[in-house]
Amino acid sequence: MTLTLEEVEHIANLARLQLSEQEKERFREQLSAILDYFSQLRSLDTSAIPPTASVLPARNVLREDRARPGLSREVLLRLAPEAEAGQIRVPAVLD
Amino acid sequence: MTELTDLSLAQAAQALREGEITSRLLCQAYLERISRLDAGLHAFLAVASESALAQAEAADRRLQTWRENPLEPLPALLGIPVAVKDVLCVAGMPCTCGSLILEGFFPPFHATAVERLLAAGAVILGKTNTDEFAMGSSTENSAYGVTHNPWDLSRVPGGSSGGSAAAVAARLALVALGTDTGGSVRQPASFCGVTGLKPTYGRVSRYGLVAFGSSLDVVGVLGRDARDVARVFSQIAGYDPQDATTVDLPVPEIDLQAGDLAGLRVGVPQEYFIPGMQSEVEEAVRQAIGALESLGARTVPVSLPHTRYALPVYYLVAPAEASANLARYDGIRYGPRVPAKTLEEVFRRTRGEKFGAEVKRRIMLGTYALSAGYYDAYYGQAQKVRTLIKQDFDQAFALVDLIAAPTTPTTAFTIGEHEDDPLSMYLEDVFTLPANLAGVPGLSFPVGFDRRGLPVGMQLMGAHFREELLFRAAFAYQQATDWHTRLPEIAAA
Repeated sequence: MTLTLEEVEHIANLARLQLSEQEKERFREQLSAILDYFSQLRSLDTSAIPPTASVLPARNVLREDRARPGLSREVLLRLAPEAEAGQIRVPAVLD
Repeated sequence: MTELTDLSLAQAAQALREGEITSRLLCQAYLERISRLDAGLHAFLAVASESALAQAEAADRRLQTWRENPLEPLPALLGIPVAVKDVLCVAGMPCTCGSLILEGFFPPFHATAVERLLAAGAVILGKTNTDEFAMGSSTENSAYGVTHNPWDLSRVPGGSSGGSAAAVAARLALVALGTDTGGSVRQPASFCGVTGLKPTYGRVSRYGLVAFGSSLDVVGVLGRDARDVARVFSQIAGYDPQDATTVDLPVPEIDLQAGDLAGLRVGVPQEYFIPGMQSEVEEAVRQAIGALESLGARTVPVSLPHTRYALPVYYLVAPAEASANLARYDGIRYGPRVPAKTLEEVFRRTRGEKFGAEVKRRIMLGTYALSAGYYDAYYGQAQKVRTLIKQDFDQAFALVDLIAAPTTPTTAFTIGEHEDDPLSMYLEDVFTLPANLAGVPGLSFPVGFDRRGLPVGMQLMGAHFREELLFRAAFAYQQATDWHTRLPEIAAA
């Protein structure tokens, strides 16, 4: 299975990753080889097998809907790369 | 005279209680070793001498009060110096996950496992090196440089908890926390000659553990022997309302007593002895299985027929989960930001510049496996084969109590050996991945050395929540052998 450069660019776009031309070519080769190796999974007939998303029996977890103290705005804003007037600053989203 | 750092956790706890040593002196001894030896090993990404000594002094005061009036029981890890893998949040210390995208990030809260260590009185020495976001088998993917194996500095310590394993092996910490998504506690424990536990999935809270593969991740422990590891495990395990996948089961008080293994049924899976594996690894593991037999265990051949599919299943499931988990790193709320004109460009450039090659590769792989048109063929099929792998274990544990197998096909490889060949690096994990996919616990411990003097590890795997049985068998083995007491030259100096 060989990925095309367009497919690599499409995936990188979905993942919001800026890649150099070199990286695109390297990932094209490496991911193609890895996916090739993975094709052995297709040889198994799994038509009657349910998928496993979690190894433990899934259960619904409920808690009381009550406000609890959380981290303060000051503490969180201190982590942000750019903050202003009590808010996180980002480039304009609308023109 | 014995050095303070020669004491095991059990011995140190006893000596602290009796007032023969102080936590301050014990922690100073470890900090002194770190400053002397870690330049050559690079096991630590951050050392917190000041807060460690403050915690040690607080422990000493508490011990003093207790000795004057020993009414309440002492916390189990009071005054014990530990190291924490740098993917677990410790408030007041940096948490980089070995990545530039979290450079300078100081989490404002403790992970639950860390909170419980502190509640048990432990002293946190610092944060240990890891492959970026725990993605790797060598620590070579850390953005802050590789950790060296204490047994041979030209070799890797394994990964991703390589910093924790090297720190324990070189006696830069008494015990350490690691995490295991596909072998990241057991494989470095094997490469560094220490004992490492991957608990049952859901046994230890993941709250405050930076997420990689959420259906696989578990916090584990690395230490010198089964007894030390068990003691820390029983402190960090248990239900946590902050992590809905933790299981509300009592954690047994693990009291390891000398004794034999009469009646224990140990399964030996043929699929874990494969052509191409290092013959010395196979020999050492077969000998260790023989030693378990001499201790009274009965060995039973078992088959885990879907073992060979664990690698493709894991490297689809884990990257798929990682691609979703790592979407949060966008340069907006925390971590560095690469400036750009538009928001979209901030995302792309921050992620493009700050993630390393392996992380990008796995995000790409996971994004592809989840993308429209490929979901059923890759991710969907992997989830179904995961069921088959889990059923293999269910069937085996109907016949045996434990499964014994090599932890890795080879001993520690050299730094740079798998450069530019990611698939060959992934193959290093072939024996550790199945336990994560099935969620079962695994314990790796040293069972010999190859002719180069590198440690060989064997892992025991058990049914869900049977950690106690793993500890019992490993403890019996360690009572009868002395591999776990061997020290690398660098640590003996």
